[in-house]
Amino acid sequence: MLETLLPILIIAALGVAVAGAWRRVRLWRQGRPSAVPLLKGLAALPRRYLVDLHHVVGRDKVMSNTHVATAGGFVAAAVLMILVHGLGFANPVLGGLLLAACATMFAGSLFVARRRRNPPARLSRGPWMRLPKSLMAFSLGVFLVTLPTMGILPAVLGSWLLALALTAVVVWGLAEMVVGMTWGGPMKHAFAGALHLAFHRRAERFGEGNRSTGLKALDLEDHDARLGVETPADFTWNQLLGFDACVQCGRCEAVCPAFAAGQPLNPKKLIQDMVVGMAGGTDAAYAGSPYPGKPIGEHQGSPHGPIVAQKGQALVDAETLWSCTTCRACVEECPMMIEHVDAIVDMRRFLTLERGETPNKAPEVLDNLIATDNPGGFDPGARMHWAADLDLPLMADLQQVDVLLWLGDGAYDMRNQRTLRALVKVLRAAEVDFAVLGNEERDSGDVARRLGDEATFQSLARRNIATLAKYRFQHIVTCDPHSFHVLGNEYGELGGHYRVYHHSTFIAELYESGRLAFRPWKGGSVTYHDPCYLGRYNGEFEAPRNVLRALGIQVAEMERSGFRSRCCGGGGGAPITDIPGKRRIPDMRMNDVEATGASLVAVGCPQCTAMLEGVVDAGAEVRDIAELVADALVARPAAKATPPSRQPVLEEEV
Amino acid sequence: MQPEKSMAPALAVTVLVSVGRHPLTGRRRRADRDARGVELACSAPGAKVSLLHAGVLDEASEAALRDYLGMGFEALTLIEQAPGADVLPALAERLEAAAPQLVIAGERAEQGEGSGLLPYLLAERLGWPLVNGLAAVEGVEDGIATLLQALPRGQRRRLRVRLPAILTVDAAAPAARQSAFGPARRGRLEVAEAPVVEDPALAEWQMVPARKRPKRLKIVKAASARERFKAAAAKAEGGGGQVLADATPEQGAEAILKLLREEGVLTR
Repeated sequence: MLETLLPILIIAALGVAVAGAWRRVRLWRQGRPSAVPLLKGLAALPRRYLVDLHHVVGRDKVMSNTHVATAGGFVAAAVLMILVHGLGFANPVLGGLLLAACATMFAGSLFVARRRRNPPARLSRGPWMRLPKSLMAFSLGVFLVTLPTMGILPAVLGSWLLALALTAVVVWGLAEMVVGMTWGGPMKHAFAGALHLAFHRRAERFGEGNRSTGLKALDLEDHDARLGVETPADFTWNQLLGFDACVQCGRCEAVCPAFAAGQPLNPKKLIQDMVVGMAGGTDAAYAGSPYPGKPIGEHQGSPHGPIVAQKGQALVDAETLWSCTTCRACVEECPMMIEHVDAIVDMRRFLTLERGETPNKAPEVLDNLIATDNPGGFDPGARMHWAADLDLPLMADLQQVDVLLWLGDGAYDMRNQRTLRALVKVLRAAEVDFAVLGNEERDSGDVARRLGDEATFQSLARRNIATLAKYRFQHIVTCDPHSFHVLGNEYGELGGHYRVYHHSTFIAELYESGRLAFRPWKGGSVTYHDPCYLGRYNGEFEAPRNVLRALGIQVAEMERSGFRSRCCGGGGGAPITDIPGKRRIPDMRMNDVEATGASLVAVGCPQCTAMLEGVVDAGAEVRDIAELVADALVARPAAKATPPSRQPVLEEEV
Repeated sequence: MQPEKSMAPALAVTVLVSVGRHPLTGRRRRADRDARGVELACSAPGAKVSLLHAGVLDEASEAALRDYLGMGFEALTLIEQAPGADVLPALAERLEAAAPQLVIAGERAEQGEGSGLLPYLLAERLGWPLVNGLAAVEGVEDGIATLLQALPRGQRRRLRVRLPAILTVDAAAPAARQSAFGPARRGRLEVAEAPVVEDPALAEWQMVPARKRPKRLKIVKAASARERFKAAAAKAEGGGGQVLADATPEQGAEAILKLLREEGVLTR
C-alpha cells in the first residue's frame, strides 16, 4: 500500500508547495521594483549560504552544528526521498544514503528539541514549538518507510493499522517540511531565506570582510513621487522577501539597546509586523516578545494600508520607529542578513518628508540644519572660535595638503573641543601636513539622514562635496565616526569619493611609522567602548586598541565589545527624538564599563563621549583616544634633527 | 486643511504669510510668526484656511513660501508685486473680494520694513477690528469669535470680537508644525494679478540690518537662589511714572523731557 501511496503523497506535497510558492512570490512582488541580477544571485547563493550565513550562525557553535545536521540532513533526505520513493530509484546505495540523511536529521532534531524545552525569551514560541516534533516526524517517518524499500523489513509492515499510522507521520512531516515551506510556518525561512540570500539588496556585503553599511540614497528627482515607505508595498520586493526570511531567533532582540532600555522597539517584532502587513491581518498570531509596553493583538495592517496611522493605531506606532539608534547590532547579529536599519530609515523618511512628523526636538534640529548648516543653530561663522588661539591652517589658504582635518559639529561643543585640541596637538607633534576647511565646513548630514530628512542630507552633502572638490588632499581625518561613515560610505553615491581615516586609525599609523612617541601609561585600568559607526559600520576594531596598546594600556574588555559592542544611545538622532523607556541606554553602557572595574573608558566618538559623560554618578572617567595620546606625548628620540614644521608646535594644556 | 464636516458653516480664514529671514545666516525661510499664524488657523475649530502672500516671486522667496505649503496645504495664492511696491492696496483688494471671516498675520515681518504696521493699515482700510498678540482662536459662534490674547508673563485675556476681523500673532502662540518636504514641493503657487502701486517713500529710505533694541539691565541684588528666582518671576513693578490725562502737547513734551533727564538719556 505504501509503495503506491508514497509517490502520490510526495508529488502532491510538491505540487501544493509550488502553488504556495507562487502565492508567496506574488506577495513579495507587491513591492517596488529593485534591480538585482537574478541569475548571478542564484549562482552566488550556495556560497552566500555556506560561507557568509554560516559565519554568522557559527557564532553559536551548538546551534550552528544543530542547523548543519538538521538542514543538511533534510535537504539530502528530501532529494533522495524524491528519487527513491517519488521516482522509484530504489537502489541500495540511494536508499542507504537516504537512511543516513534521515538519521542525521533526526539527531539534529533532538538538539532542536532540547533547545525548545526551556527556550530563552528571545525565541518565538507558537508554531515554532512544534518544529522539533515535525522534524522528527519527517526524519523518522521517511526512515521507517525506507526500511521496507531496502528490504530490511518485510514489505507488508505488520498490520495495515501500523501502515496507516506511519502514513500519517509521513504526511505530517511532508506538510510541515515541504508544504509549510511556502505556505507559512517555521519552514518558510528555508524557502524565503534562500531566495533572500540570492536576491539580497546589498549584494556587496557578502564575501570575506566585506561590509555594506551606507544608506541608499532616495531619488528626489521625481517631484510627484511619494517619498519613503508609507505602506508595506512601498518597500522594494526584495526587502519584503527579506522580511519573510526571518527565523524569529531573536538574536536581534537580545542585542537591541532600545529593547533593553524598555523603549517600544523590538527588531524581531518589527520584521514580523512587516510580514503581517505584507500579507494583511493582525499581529495576534505573533508568539515572541512584544514591543516593551505595547500589548500584542492591537495592531493590524494591509499591503496598501499605512504602516503608521495618522490617528490611532495601524501596523506600527511611530515611536517604535524613532526608538532605533541605528547601531546596526541587529543587522550584525541576524543570521538571515535582514536589513532592519534600512527598513526603519525608509519608514522614517516617509514620516519626515511626507507627514512632517519627526518627534520632539527633531524639527528644530532639522530647521537648524537647513538654516545654519549645523544642528545646534549656531552661527556658521563661529565654527572656528574654539581654535582662535591655535592658528589652524585653512584649506582656502593652502589649497593642497596631505591631510584634511574634518572637524564635525563637535567644533561647537565645549567637550569635543578638548578632543579636537588634543588631536591638533598630536598632528603637530607628528608633523603632519594638514589643514581644516574652517567656516566652509558644514554638518555632514548624518543626523538629518537618520532622521529621515533625505532632502536636507543631500543638500548638505552636495554642498560639502562641492567645497571638497575645490581642494587637493590625500585623505580626510576626522575624530567623528559619524562624519567618517557618511563621508566615506555615503557621499560616494552622490559623487564624492574620499579616503577617510578615523583619528584612531591615523594615529595608529603615525605611531607605527615612528612619528609619535609616548611616555608609559601610569593611570589605572582602562576599557574601550567601540563606537557603532566606527566598529560595526566600518569594521575598525583594531586600530583604537593598537593605539591604546602603544600607550602601554592593557584594555580590560567589556563583555560586549568589538562587533557586539553595545550602543551608547547617541546614534540615529535618538537623543533628539528622545523616546521614553524604562532605563537609559548610556546608563546600561556605563554599567558595562563599571563591570570591568575600569576607572577610565576610552572612546573615539563625540556622540559616545557626550552620552557616556551624561551618566550621573558614573564610576569611570570618559576620555577620547586623542586626549590620551596627547597627554602621553613625548619628544621623539630621532626628532631633533627634523626641520621645523610649517606651523610652530604650540605648547599647550589640553 | 480639510474643514471638519460636522461644523456646518466653515470658518473662512486667510493667513497672510511673508518670506522670512534667518537672523544668523539671512537665509530665506518661512517667517516664524506667520508660521505660528498658520498653525493657529489650522487648530481653530472648523477653519478652512487659505494662504495669501503679496510680493516678489523669485527662487529664494518661492523656497520660503513652499515651507508654508509643507505644513499641509495644496496651494498658496501669490499676488505678484514688483520689488519695492506697496503691497497694501493689492492685499486689501484681494481680501475685500474674497471676504474671509478672519485674517491672521504675524505681528511683524522678518525683513523689509518690519514695522508691524501692515495689519493695522489693512484693518483701517477694510474697517475691520484688529486684535494683536493672539494666542488661540477658541471658537466662532453667530459671527462672533472668542479669542485668547497673550499678555506679558503668561497671562491671557479672553476677548469676543465680531467678525470679520484681523488678528496678529506673537511669540506666545503655539509653535508651528514641521514643514514636510514632499507636500512643500508638490504644492501649487497660484499667481494672482493685481495692480502694482509704487511706494515712493520706500525708494528714498536706506536699509540697514536692524539691531536688537537695547534693554535696561535688570540688576538683581539677591543673595540666595530663592531671591533670584523671585526677582526673575516677579511682575514688572511700574513704581514710578505718572499718567497724564488731557495734557496739552507742551505738558506732554515737558514730562517726556523730564523723564529723559532723570534717566540720564539727555545730559543737562
